[in-house]
Amino acid sequence: MAVIRDMIPPFELFQPAGVDDAVRLMREHGDKGWVLAGGLDTFDWFKDRIKRPEAVIDLGGVDELKGIAVADDGGLEIGAMTSLTDIAENGDVRSGYPLLADAAGLVATPQIRNQGTLGGNIVQDTRCWYYRSGWPCYRAGGNICYAATPRSMNREHCIMGASRCVAVNPSDTAPALIALDAEMVVASTSGERTYTAEDFFIGPDIDIMRMTVLEPGDLLTRIVLPAPWSGARWYFEKIRDRKAWDFSLVSVASMVNVEGGMIQDARIVVNGVAPCPVRATAAERAVRGRAPDDETGQAAGEIAVRGARALRHNDYKIALMRNLVKRSIRDAA
Amino acid sequence: MAENVIGTDISPPDLRAKITGRARYAEDFRADGMVFAKLLLSPMPHARVLNVDTSAAERMEGVLGILRADELPVQSEGTREGALTDEPKYEGEPILAVAAVDETTAAAAVEAIRVDLEPLPFVLDPLESLREGGPDAHVGGNMAGRGELGSLKWPASVFEEAGADRLPMGEAPAEWAIGDIEAGFAEADVVVEESIVHQSVTHHPMEPRSCMAYWQNGKLFLHGSTQSTERTRGSVARMAGVEPDDVVFIGEYCGGGFGSKISGSPIMAVPAVLSRKIGRPVMLRITRYEENYIGRARAGFQGWAKIGFRADGRMTALDLYLVQDSGPYGASDFFTAGTVATASYQPENMRFRGVAILTNTPPRSAQRAPGGAQIVAMLEPLVDKAARELDIDRLEIRKLNAPDSDGWLGPQQGPFTSAYVREALDLGGELFGWEEKKQLSGQRNGTKVTGVGMGLSPFTAGSTGRDGLLVIRPDGKLYVHQGIGNLGTHSIADTARPAADVLDLSWDQVVIVWGDTSKHLPFSTVQAGSQTTHAHTRANHAAATAMVGLLQELAARELGGSPSSYRVADGRVFRAGNRAAGMSFAEAARVAMEMGGKFSGGEVPEDLNDATKAAVAGLAGEGLIAAARDNYERAGAVYTWVATFAQVELDVETGEVEIIDLASTTDCGTVMHPRSLAAQTNGGVFQGIGMAKGQRWVFDPKWGIPFTKRFYTARPPGILDVPLSPRFAAVDKADPYTPVGAKGIGEPPVGAGEAAYVCAVADAMGGQCLCRTPLTADMILAELEGRPRPYGLLDTHV
Repeated sequence: MAVIRDMIPPFELFQPAGVDDAVRLMREHGDKGWVLAGGLDTFDWFKDRIKRPEAVIDLGGVDELKGIAVADDGGLEIGAMTSLTDIAENGDVRSGYPLLADAAGLVATPQIRNQGTLGGNIVQDTRCWYYRSGWPCYRAGGNICYAATPRSMNREHCIMGASRCVAVNPSDTAPALIALDAEMVVASTSGERTYTAEDFFIGPDIDIMRMTVLEPGDLLTRIVLPAPWSGARWYFEKIRDRKAWDFSLVSVASMVNVEGGMIQDARIVVNGVAPCPVRATAAERAVRGRAPDDETGQAAGEIAVRGARALRHNDYKIALMRNLVKRSIRDAA
Repeated sequence: MAENVIGTDISPPDLRAKITGRARYAEDFRADGMVFAKLLLSPMPHARVLNVDTSAAERMEGVLGILRADELPVQSEGTREGALTDEPKYEGEPILAVAAVDETTAAAAVEAIRVDLEPLPFVLDPLESLREGGPDAHVGGNMAGRGELGSLKWPASVFEEAGADRLPMGEAPAEWAIGDIEAGFAEADVVVEESIVHQSVTHHPMEPRSCMAYWQNGKLFLHGSTQSTERTRGSVARMAGVEPDDVVFIGEYCGGGFGSKISGSPIMAVPAVLSRKIGRPVMLRITRYEENYIGRARAGFQGWAKIGFRADGRMTALDLYLVQDSGPYGASDFFTAGTVATASYQPENMRFRGVAILTNTPPRSAQRAPGGAQIVAMLEPLVDKAARELDIDRLEIRKLNAPDSDGWLGPQQGPFTSAYVREALDLGGELFGWEEKKQLSGQRNGTKVTGVGMGLSPFTAGSTGRDGLLVIRPDGKLYVHQGIGNLGTHSIADTARPAADVLDLSWDQVVIVWGDTSKHLPFSTVQAGSQTTHAHTRANHAAATAMVGLLQELAARELGGSPSSYRVADGRVFRAGNRAAGMSFAEAARVAMEMGGKFSGGEVPEDLNDATKAAVAGLAGEGLIAAARDNYERAGAVYTWVATFAQVELDVETGEVEIIDLASTTDCGTVMHPRSLAAQTNGGVFQGIGMAKGQRWVFDPKWGIPFTKRFYTARPPGILDVPLSPRFAAVDKADPYTPVGAKGIGEPPVGAGEAAYVCAVADAMGGQCLCRTPLTADMILAELEGRPRPYGLLDTHV
């Protein structure tokens, strides 16, 4: 049958007013249902008629999923439906977690940040253009990766963590949340579960058809940030082809605790290089006890790219990741 | 006295509607009983339709009809493109169209159609097709030439000789020379040589080419989005298989064309023919995805250049070889490219060789300086390279080689009407602060290195012989009938200004009539080749001069005295020295209607185009009517030059480039409208920078399928990618061969911006030119880090 794009097929729309109703509807419709947050990822899929759910559960009216609140321990709780603009501009986020404010503020465009949500940015699907074009690849349930052949156009694909699929995670906020050691709270009809941000993202080795732990019926409801590291330095950088409306080629987020001129502790996370955000734990260990300078950064960068393997067109990502990790130590402020 | 409006800023008459959203574009129109059409696009880059089963679609409720390729008056054959085809030659080429009561139904019907295709060999890279045994874009050929399909293969030895790092150069079907190329090189003190790739890139205007059509009493009414208006009618008529008189084309606004919507788009045939077939108005809304396929693209080049310079900086020899990616139906960019190069450098000796090869990628058309932008961006970095070797300032070497008004153009070495190129370069050097800025070259600040560069870009900028048509109606206003379209450049208003000035009439008394061929529009230029400003300031000047003559004669007949004793100003015709002795324009219009004959369109000059004569006939009796052909002298090629200067910072750890400063200047003759001119120039410069910096058109080479079908994957530049305050100045020196002095500006800025960017990046890299566009961060970083290049030297569509 012929293929046609750019025309959203009909679906049944549900607009629950609470989380309980939302998760009930999600369970009811199972894999024939679709959760709609800001719609930036969703409508691309719908327009291309590749994802064709029967029921769409629109979270736009669930007020309890919106807002930013200071928790008892001094941390922050952010509703998954809070807009990226609100996160980028919120005073508590800006003062306690500028890393997250920066990451959210670099997403796409002002219009997309107004409409896009933190939850949506976290759980969005990969932008591998073979997969997004509807090709029957592993991630789409097929038995091939079109992006990993010798002639594939894979400049934007991964240099590590590949397992059959070589797509990368496109989120800007994900590496920031992992660097901040955030927790993700997930609701379903069987109750609430909590994951560390690092564990929330999964690679194709665990499940090739998902980017996160969320299964049908699971709803990311809020993101919990621990009390800020006092006096910690941070760094976020997103390298992209143009300055607006673009996903990262590689991005880096770091939190660096420096005392007496020496790094006590660091969390370094790189995105755009693997199917899920990569925590550079070996580099983190290597920088402890060293000055946050060019030399330490260089060493951290070299360690972070160990084992990286380029595809046909993305060797540059190895150098870019190394340099960004270097900057995330050297230039953290 | 009315103030002279030429050279002042005005608000064009369409501005308010555009800003408030009241402007109606093609897809905003509705007609009684209107239905919608959707297209079925080819899923393969080259295939033959074996069988189409539409039975399931036809059974669906709300489906009204299906249109196949063989029902169209203009059918795909050889290098002629039809709107639909049974042998698709690129992925996304429309095969058929379905009409239904709504788009949802039409889309579902398309999905229900079964198309059996036989895959055919396809090719994306012209060099691959030039190899013996290599695939051809068409069955039986790989080359377009004079409407015929041709075939060209080069022996394996050509490729072996070139190796991987040099363009293979076999037999070239197109070749011309000036002087003796070998003698030129013998005379040279420095010779530079490079193989260079310039990408193909889609136009992606904001408004896709949606169109709506209906028929009334045998007449076709078509709403579309085009750059031209009067000249669109003929092409729509051909597509619908009717006479131009039976077509009413309506297109008041155009959301960008850049050369992709010069007159009719082939796809207009679909609603035109489908609406006749089903007896209902048909709207075909083209989506962004479809626009990527059918919306045209610039032809890419794989090129080679060898350039010789004497120690004094003069170019003694330019040897140029271009392999053009022509898409499935051909393009002529490569030929223009050779000509444009002469307008930059006036080489003492030159050889041009070129070959244009068909590929199974979406169709090409003119894109803002077709051939010109490419060649400027390809050659300017080489000029810099030679300047460095010769230790000559980069601005100086351009001034040394640029033409003046005694310069020459192209293989025929014909004259220019005027060329104030050195003035533009000097002005640009001052505006940018070249002397100070070049000291910053190579300066390092942290991880960032500064580079400065410039690009000089010529392009054709005028034509002659079009008609002007003016009416003074009984309301006393001057109606300027414009056959040109409103493509978003303000030329629709700016070219009317000479009429106001000649009649010494205040601008608020001028009404512009445009955008609908039933409104009696005169013969015009197609809006391409930056002809409009030049052609239609002349035509309206001619018509206004004729109008002055008619007013004088009419006043003399009515009030006595000789015509020459009357003056025209401020909406009156009156006796010299006595304003009271005369009549208003409103009175003149009424008198003209009474007198009839030549005063109100009853007689017209013989040399008018038939389209203008018909327009006058349609208006006859409605006021005082003046129509005239532009018979002003033309003494050479009309060219405009733009020089752009750029300062960039290159981050050596990421390959990212930030543009810190931009300044552009132009010799485009008399400035008609300063604000609009600056906007046109800066917009073109940004478009060129986009092509150089990151806009892309990527195909999977194995499957022949593009991925950059959306704005976010095609990545045209955004406002944050350029400085917020680019600077601009114009030489503002009249072209002596036109009464108004104005030349066009649409096209040359593109190459100037693109070249300034690639030259500035090369400067930041210590003079190293990567010789390809787009020049993305990954390529720059790989080079800086000494890592493997992400693409082969001659790879295209990356």
